[in-house]
Formats: sequence, C-alpha cells, structure tokens
Amino acid sequence: MKVLVPVKRVVDYNVKIRVDSQSQSIDLTNIKMSMNPFDEIAVEEAIRLKESGQVEEIIALSIGPSQCQETIRNALAMGMDRGIHIETEHSPEPLIVAKLINEIVKKEEADIVILGKQAIDDDCSQTGQMLSALMKCSLATFASNITFDDDRVIVTREIDGGLQTIKLQKPTVITTDLRLNEPRYASLPNIMKAKKKIIDKYLPDDLNIDMTPKLDVIKIEEPPKRQGGGKVETIIELVEKLKNEAGVI
Amino acid sequence: MATLILAEHDNIKLKESTNKVVTAANLIGDTIDILVIGNNCMSVATQASKITHVSKVIVVEESYYQNMLAEPVSDLIVSLMKDYKTLMSPATTNGKNILPRVAATLDVSQISEITAVIDKNTFERPIYAGNAIATIKTTTEKNVITVRTTAFDAATNENNTEIEILNATANPCLSEFIEEKISGSERPELTSAKIIISGGRGMQSGDNFSMLDKIADKLGAAVGASRAAVDAGFVPNEYQVGQTGKVVAPDLYIAVGISGAIQHLAGMKDSKVIVAINKDEEAPIFEVADYGLVADLFDAIPELENELNNIK
Repeated sequence: MKVLVPVKRVVDYNVKIRVDSQSQSIDLTNIKMSMNPFDEIAVEEAIRLKESGQVEEIIALSIGPSQCQETIRNALAMGMDRGIHIETEHSPEPLIVAKLINEIVKKEEADIVILGKQAIDDDCSQTGQMLSALMKCSLATFASNITFDDDRVIVTREIDGGLQTIKLQKPTVITTDLRLNEPRYASLPNIMKAKKKIIDKYLPDDLNIDMTPKLDVIKIEEPPKRQGGGKVETIIELVEKLKNEAGVI
Repeated sequence: MATLILAEHDNIKLKESTNKVVTAANLIGDTIDILVIGNNCMSVATQASKITHVSKVIVVEESYYQNMLAEPVSDLIVSLMKDYKTLMSPATTNGKNILPRVAATLDVSQISEITAVIDKNTFERPIYAGNAIATIKTTTEKNVITVRTTAFDAATNENNTEIEILNATANPCLSEFIEEKISGSERPELTSAKIIISGGRGMQSGDNFSMLDKIADKLGAAVGASRAAVDAGFVPNEYQVGQTGKVVAPDLYIAVGISGAIQHLAGMKDSKVIVAINKDEEAPIFEVADYGLVADLFDAIPELENELNNIK
C-alpha cells in the first residue's frame, strides 16, 4: 500500500505577517517559512503507518516555487521515503492544487492521501475535499484517529459537537486535525540521510493541468484594529462595569 | 439565477447558523432556496420555511443522509446545481466537509468563510488567521461559498413558504457511518452562545476547568479553550476557539489564563466585550481586552463566582 502526503510551504506559525498597503499584498521578504503544521501531522501519521508495517511506501509531495524542496527535505528527514516537487511560480489556488495532486495519485497509484485539514496561510480548508471529488473516492476530513480493518480504513473525525467514526473504502483522502498525533523532530542522522533521498520534479505542463486561476484577488488589507487595553483593579470593579457600563451580564 | 443554501441541522432542529447564511445570501440579491438533507427531518424543513427572504425549501430524506456523509450529500447537491448560480452554507464542519467536494465536481474554486458580500461575485474573507482581509472576485459562472456566521446577523423567522420534497440520488457507498459521540452538554453551543468563558494553559489542569463551569452555569455561558489547553489535554478539541478551532463573536468573552496568541485572537477578537484575566500583565490578550484584570486566576475566579452570586 502506498501513501501520498502533500505538504505546503507556508509562513511559519510564529510569524506575525504584515500587510504592505502600497502593493496591497502580504510582505513576505525575509520571512521564516515552514511546513504547514497540519501537514506535519499528516507526515507523522504516514511514517507511523509505515513503522507499524501497515503501508509499504510513503511519498511527500509539494507544489510551489523551488524553495518547496526544503519543505520536502524536511518531510524526508522526518522519515518519508522519497519526494515529488511540482514547480510552479506561486502557490496555486486549492482547486488547481487538487488537480495537480490527482495527477500524481494516478501516476503513483497511491491508495491513501493524507494531508492537513487547512493551510495556515490562506485558511481555505478545501484541498483534501476537492481531491476526493476528483478521485471520485471516499473522504474523511478532520481526522483524530486512523486504523485499518482488513481492506477498509476507519477514521474518527472531529466534528462540531464531538466525534464521528466512519469506515472508508480505498482509495481514500484523509485530512488531519490537531489531535491525530504529535509530529517528531528530525534527528541529525536522519537529516543527513534525507539528503540522499530522491526528489522527482515535474512542471504543471508535464501533467497537462491548466494553471489559470478561477479567483482574482482584488486586494489585501489590514483588518480594522480592535481598541483594547482597558484595565480594572478588582473583581468587584469588573462585575460592576460588566453590569452597568457594558450591560452584558 | 438563484442561491441554494445547505441547511445546518441535526434532523430535529434547524441551527441558527442557517439564518445567518440567509442574511449573507440576501446581500447577493438572488432568489433564495434552502436545501434540507437528512433523515426524518421534515420538522427542520418546516422551521426553514419560516425564515424571512426564503422563497422555497427543498427537503430530501433518506437513511443514508442521516449523518451527512460527504459523498452521498455532495452527489445530491451537484445534481441540483444546474438551477442555481450560488451554493452557500455556514462554515461548520459539515459545510467545510461537503462544499469543496461539490465545488471541485462543478470545476469551480470555493470561497471559504466570507465575512462580507461586495457584489454577486466579490467577497471579503480573512486570511492568515484574520491578520489580513482579502477581497476575492470569482470568474466562474457558478459560486460555491461558505459563510463565517459571526459576521452576519440571523435572518428573522417571519415567513411561511412552500416545501418541495425531492428524491434522493443513489448512495455511492464509498463510506459507512459507524458511530457518533456528541458531548451532550446542557450549556449553549460555542458558536451561538451570548457569553463564553474560555480557559488557557494557565488553568494548569482539566479538573480546574470546573471553576469555569460554575461561572458558565451562573451566566448561561458556554465554555471554550485555547489551543494550548486542548494540546495539553485539559479539554476536548470541540472546546477550541481560534484559527484552527471555532470562530466566535459573543456579547461577552471572558479569557482566563489565556496569553492571547494570534491564533487564538483570530477566533474571538470580534466579540463585543472582551474580559481578560491573567497574572502576566505583558500578555498580548490585554491589548484586545476591554476589561483586563491582572490577577492570579485561582484567586480571581472564585471571587468572581462569589460576586456573581451577590448580584443575581
């Protein structure tokens, strides 16, 4: 069984981004980039499935500019077997990403695709669901547990009111939620080993995917600032103000 | 052309988030139909038929729609979309699960979690945990949109429109429901509560959340948590407020022992009144708080409980 894990290179979660009001875009110069945290969880899960002998091969895939190779190397250092890079100038919108992944799924005949439930840059939460539509296969979003039952996959999902467990036919697409696992750090020997692992490269043209976006970003602005900073000295003062000034209790 | 709204419900009750999507849809300006997919859910259709601005409710009942599995539900929606320009739903776990699957089948890009409608094809949505607002224009004939419900008021229930019953589409049988564990809380849901009290890493343990439960019971509030508290295993993930959890905007949000990472602020900074209780006066949560109290929560929370007893 083969597992494909798409990983996205995003602004590191600790970085507070800045909107450049002149160009109406996000200022990305000299900003620390990392693997999308939910994709790290997906990588970890794939590695655990391989370690427990339930899958044979685990492949990391990234789509974007040449620096995405670093993100793939990171996944390889964690323990993925090999990498695939589809080089594009920018990070395309989720539908196009899903189409590109789908072509790799076909080429590699992957049985399971595990990816993050959302990327922390565009916050779309679409790619996995869209991929499942293109693959015409089963879907389990927001996974907090993955097990196998013969040839089926059993996934517990984090839903609004609690947990839902479903049984899926393969091939399947699974998106990861926070509590699925805690990703490991790459050890130094594994970082060295990862340098020798293979990364295959494709261009969108090789995969015959039309890269024309369907959405236009008209502008990007800073959100209105919230005026905070008010202080109270005691609980008595707090309750009095909530009752008489704000009128919320 | 018209707008189709996927109703959010539990087969018994229609959720208020559906009314909020109606308000957003009304700003687009096309005729609005509501689609109720479920099992034995006619009471939900009746509730939906009361919502102002709605011209028709479509109901499709079938046993395999009971748990809103993505594959059969998205197949059904796709079969109806020839009559509609726009598909909308609240950005709940159901909406997030189902709508992108419909969008990809229709070969359109989805616009997730809109917070404003500019015109029929142009919308605002937060990116980077709400640290930037993008204005997005679609170039396709059809639009698929999820709605951040905290950004829109609920449409009123002053209507009584027709209900049309349609047949189910075939079950693709790609997945199968096993079980659901819904935490049966007496308290209001996070996304619709008027008051929320949330705890962070400062709570130190799951047991200590019982202090917040007591305040919540007094105020009729919901209890939430920061990602740090969920990561530490204090409370389950459905408590999580923030970029990767639930986005809330109650009248009153009380943050207890929460430092205020940008990911948490993303989920609550549109609350009307924010209270922060934290012993670290440098905590970023104070920058967004209307009423900040620098205090040890283990002193302040019991005192707050006492004080609330005195006023009620």
